[in-house]
Amino acid sequence: MKDNFYIYLLVAAGVTYLIRALPMTLIRKNIQNKYIRSFLYYVPYVTLAVMTFPAILSATASVVSAAVGFVTALLIAYFDGNLFKVAMGGCVAVFLVELFL
Amino acid sequence: MSYGKRQENKKWFLKGMRHGVPIGLGYFAVAFTLGITAKNIGMTPLQSAFMSFTMHASAGEFAAMTVIAAGSGYVEMAITQLVINLRYLLMSCALSQKVSEKMWYPHRFFISYYITDEIFGISSTVEGKLNPFYNYGAASVASPGWVLGTFLGALVGNILPDNVASAMNVALYGMFIAIIIPPARKNKVIAVIVLVSMLASGAFTLLADVVPLSSGMRILILTIVIAGIAAFVHPIEESGENTNEG
Repeated sequence: MKDNFYIYLLVAAGVTYLIRALPMTLIRKNIQNKYIRSFLYYVPYVTLAVMTFPAILSATASVVSAAVGFVTALLIAYFDGNLFKVAMGGCVAVFLVELFL
Repeated sequence: MSYGKRQENKKWFLKGMRHGVPIGLGYFAVAFTLGITAKNIGMTPLQSAFMSFTMHASAGEFAAMTVIAAGSGYVEMAITQLVINLRYLLMSCALSQKVSEKMWYPHRFFISYYITDEIFGISSTVEGKLNPFYNYGAASVASPGWVLGTFLGALVGNILPDNVASAMNVALYGMFIAIIIPPARKNKVIAVIVLVSMLASGAFTLLADVVPLSSGMRILILTIVIAGIAAFVHPIEESGENTNEG
């Protein structure tokens, strides 16, 4: 594998970059169609929600600490919304719960 | 470039750096695992760091390592990457509408280089149009976390205490939550979309034995279906810049 590692990487990185770059570079105009515009507007919310749950529940050493971290993050996000506070609040909650498990 | 424009770009770059900090920390923790996998299949720390720098994709890199370790063909590598990373195609479509038509064209190539789940999350939901310097600022902090984490993972294995690593794993999800919850609070349509998405994702995970889908495919299919239905049930009426109101 040592010899052809860089060919493997070239293929993997090349395909990955093309997927990311083609729409961005080819769709230069603002799309006028109302439904496509709405669809693309909703995409991030669905994608991020799907990626978060239920994956977050298996991200830590135990489901309990993960669930507490999840709820903590939800609450901070609801009442404050600051990106850094939410992310760190979730981490601290997990850390504290795991101290007592 | 006018002075005002430069100040504007600088402001966005710094804002991106601020938002990149929790991303970089989360990346650092996740990348360790990636580095350990790389080491186990015989990659050097430099090779794994190079892979992380050129790909910036967690699932994609894990899959690439699997293909390399198995000694499979280059075509299989290409297909694997296509399937696992297909969701970026959709993210890239969404971002193409988030930047200004008048933006200097090469910015599109640079932004594309760093469309990760997290960077997409923060840049697709900024108020108004996306300034490319916001991406660059976030990348300047987040990318080193990812690359350095992989390098150290491959070099020394996991040096973080278990409980610290466990806690840091939540950082990336915390960010996703910080991105979707505040708009959901203001906009009922988004709130419903977020709830339905989480429930559907949970259901598909429980049904993994019946409907076997990789997580990448699950994300892609659910996004197309749910955002597609939402667009028909509740299309956004206005046009132009003001897409933050629903």
